[in-house]
Amino acid sequence: MPATKQTLARPAGAASVASASQAGREGWVHSTETFGTADGPGIRYVLFLSGCPLRCQYCHNPDTWHRQDGTLTTVEEVLADIAGYRGFIRANGGVTLSGGEPLVQPKFCKAILHGCKAMGLHTALDTSGYLGDLADDALLADVDLVLLDIKAATGRRFRALTGVELKPTIKFAEDLAAINKAVWLRYVLVPGLTDKLDEIASLATFAASLGNVERVDVLPFHKLGEHKWRDRGLDYRLERVPPPSEVLLEQARATFRAAGLLVH
Amino acid sequence: MNALFKIASRQDPRAGFVAGAWSEQVDVRGFIQANYTPYLGDAAFLTGPTARTTALWAKLQELLKQEQAKGVLDVSVQPSSITAHRAGYIDQANEIIVGLQTDAPLKRAIMPNGGLRMVEGGLEAFGFKIDPQVSEIWSKYRKDHNSGVFDVYSPEIMKARKSAILTGLPDAYGRGRIIGDYRRVALYGIDALRAFKKASFHELDGVEFTESVIRLREEISEQFRALDELKQMGAKYGCDLGRPAANAREAVQWTYLGYLAAVKEQNGAAMSIGRISTFLDIYFERDLAAGLIDEEEAQEMIDDLVIKLRIVRFLRTPEYDQLFSGDPTWVTESIGGVGEDGRPLVTKSSFRVLHTLYNLGPAPEPNLTVLWSEQLPQGFKEFCAKVSIDTCSVQYENDDLMRPYWGDDYGIACCVSAMRIGKQMQFFGARANLAKTMLYAINGGRDEISGEQVGPAFAPITGDVLDYDEMVGKFLPMMEWLSGVYMKALNAIHYMHDKYAYERIEMALHDRDILRTMACGIAGLSVVADSLSAMRYAKVSVVRDARGLATDFHIEGDYPAYGNNDERVDALATWAVETFMGYLKQQHAYRDATPTMSVLTITSNVVYGKKTGNTPDGRKAGQPFAPGANPMHGRDHKGALASMASVCKLPYTCSQDGISYTFTIVPCALGPTEKERVSNLASLLDGYFAGHGHHINVNVFDRETLLHAMDHPELYPQLTIRVSGYAVNFIKLTREQQLDVINRTFHASH
Repeated sequence: MPATKQTLARPAGAASVASASQAGREGWVHSTETFGTADGPGIRYVLFLSGCPLRCQYCHNPDTWHRQDGTLTTVEEVLADIAGYRGFIRANGGVTLSGGEPLVQPKFCKAILHGCKAMGLHTALDTSGYLGDLADDALLADVDLVLLDIKAATGRRFRALTGVELKPTIKFAEDLAAINKAVWLRYVLVPGLTDKLDEIASLATFAASLGNVERVDVLPFHKLGEHKWRDRGLDYRLERVPPPSEVLLEQARATFRAAGLLVH
Repeated sequence: MNALFKIASRQDPRAGFVAGAWSEQVDVRGFIQANYTPYLGDAAFLTGPTARTTALWAKLQELLKQEQAKGVLDVSVQPSSITAHRAGYIDQANEIIVGLQTDAPLKRAIMPNGGLRMVEGGLEAFGFKIDPQVSEIWSKYRKDHNSGVFDVYSPEIMKARKSAILTGLPDAYGRGRIIGDYRRVALYGIDALRAFKKASFHELDGVEFTESVIRLREEISEQFRALDELKQMGAKYGCDLGRPAANAREAVQWTYLGYLAAVKEQNGAAMSIGRISTFLDIYFERDLAAGLIDEEEAQEMIDDLVIKLRIVRFLRTPEYDQLFSGDPTWVTESIGGVGEDGRPLVTKSSFRVLHTLYNLGPAPEPNLTVLWSEQLPQGFKEFCAKVSIDTCSVQYENDDLMRPYWGDDYGIACCVSAMRIGKQMQFFGARANLAKTMLYAINGGRDEISGEQVGPAFAPITGDVLDYDEMVGKFLPMMEWLSGVYMKALNAIHYMHDKYAYERIEMALHDRDILRTMACGIAGLSVVADSLSAMRYAKVSVVRDARGLATDFHIEGDYPAYGNNDERVDALATWAVETFMGYLKQQHAYRDATPTMSVLTITSNVVYGKKTGNTPDGRKAGQPFAPGANPMHGRDHKGALASMASVCKLPYTCSQDGISYTFTIVPCALGPTEKERVSNLASLLDGYFAGHGHHINVNVFDRETLLHAMDHPELYPQLTIRVSGYAVNFIKLTREQQLDVINRTFHASH
């Protein structure tokens, strides 16, 4: 068969798990999308890293939850691969680290981001913010844009939806504001779960107060990842939830706009 | 008669032009360089269709609908020639640019010189009868190209043809892919062109009369006649083509009549028009500056020209249409590019030609081809991207890559073949099936479907597991054999085409001494690369049938597939291209032609696939190949850029006739807003071409739209999509081809 899960140019099994942690020179890569247009400005080389502490009910990539879902890859391999696409992404685009949760592997992220900046590329970090504490100043210095995905506006709802606390994400958002780091806020709209307009309004007020949120993307919930849950023998709880209507989407967007935010 | 007809001609057709060497000799490029005005702005100046344009186009829509229902609207049984038929019109009072192939729109002509059989087959298939006298003349008194070729073919060529290891050879119809420099008619007028030709003829009076000199002298004499006939044909439409065009309308009209003469004389596989828009722009600028016309009238002339180009028709057989998807004519117009002095060759008329896709709606013809360069003005880049997104009717080729080879006045013949206009032609050579060749290497030259011994009886592979090194060792001699049979067939074809179906008017609009290329081609490249990769990186076991032929393969383990920017397999694709080209170069080519090669299948990837058994990459018998240089669909996993990066590695030096890649994407994957889609597509093209990609088709649409169009063709009369190298009307594809298009990689976001 043609290899179905793409890996960077490295024979499988050549690296041992034990060496994974050595100073972040290696890390777990799930996959790459060389022509991303939804995760940051312009054309994005999106590196999906495996491993995530959240268990979002609507997760469309449950195949990235565990680090070992990915392939152990060195920083050099990643950077060499990215370098091959410079001609496409240098002028209008860049590199986005996504996942999974990229900050599960902060040292690996840091090395890749640093290498990207050395190539003169725009960088974005797509994160839930839950592990924001692991992003130190040096790492953030090499990030041009944070795509901060805040899953829900209240602690209770956040916990129910993701299985973890909201507080670390809020703190990370405030830390980013303190250093005036550009942020695009992302909010996944799930009917019946995250569609309470008063909660959205309070999130919007908070986001607007930060001063560094350049834009908000309200993303409609979709079920494209449902089969991955079933493949893994997992119970998909949103089977009966429909995607949000255009009306609902527009209401949510209007709520963010009302707080003075730019919404796409 | 339309108001634009009444604009007086200038006393001096060259008034206002900067003179130069072009004034004394045939040098259209020199004229363009000395006189054109680059346009660096955006599309804001463009105007919509006039009521006249819309009414004329609507009138044709009715006829086009009838044609779609019947296949062929009408046929003139009188053999065509430049002077055959009286003048024809769509709506004489409302046409600005006039001239039809026959006396009525969409009425097809017969051109038996290419092959009587094609004419008979075409007529019969659509319910028409051939005039017995025509049959008698072309079988008894006058030989055609097709008969000549089959007089000399060897049994080996016949077998290779029958087994479809060679397919689509232009041995039964006009070869096409020759571009007359139709601009010469406008710039110099026929009288001057004839005088130039005459002088070049007499330069040969004193040389030794070898076979090649005699042939050339006879051809030039035919060219004189063709020029005279063109002048007569112009007179039927009230145009004095003897003199140069003196205003913009005449420039468009004269150029078009030159082209019309070619499509009245030749039913060529591809009848490109060249690179006319920036040339014509010089005349537009002059008349605009003199206040003789305004922008709306300039656009109207281009719209009217394009209407004419959209209804060029040939009579062909259903089998031919199946191979090429519908009714292609490849009226390719090359737009833009950059001059050798660094100035962009983009003018307002480059925009106007693209704008016809809005004024008249999307359409496959003319085959609008943008010559892309990093140096193109940003406004033009973004307009092209927008037109692509809105209409899927544009293809792009790498001007920065081709300019060093072909200069800054080349045009694209057919889909991807670059040639200096008026200075170069090609002998069109269809393509060889490399995937089948690999199977022949495994089976000792026996065809995996028929079991027949088609290739040489080299020792077959007898092991149960395919060994990469053994495979390569057997593949090489089989490729060498194929290159020999292939070149023999092409030599026979082009010898006979020159003899019996010489392109008189097209060659009259060339220099006397030209460069000829022998344009070979390959199909099945990604199948070959992936098969070799499977043998090298996974384990491929052979399944043999009762005849002892390897007819199926079992693959254990994963292998890197072409299309993921993975050097391990991309290098195998490059190797196949370099190797086959190397063998072609060793062959003797007719008329001292330079062998070249393309990686292009148009839509014949479906037919090739149908005629090829299971392959060691896991592709099943009968399944289509990927088109052109595309990766096999479903095997590229790293997104569009990785796929493009693999294609970019194929060396143009070894594939100078072009490397075709078809890119299909759903709108939302190109970007969230229209503005972002436009800038992302422009960046994508910049990146692809900076990475040395040669050609790209861009389709932007939803899979759902196509599925809907399959079931409701009447709702999508103008739905145009691009498949390697040209655009087709989706509803004219066979169901099989429609499914192939739909199954092909759609790049969608995560």
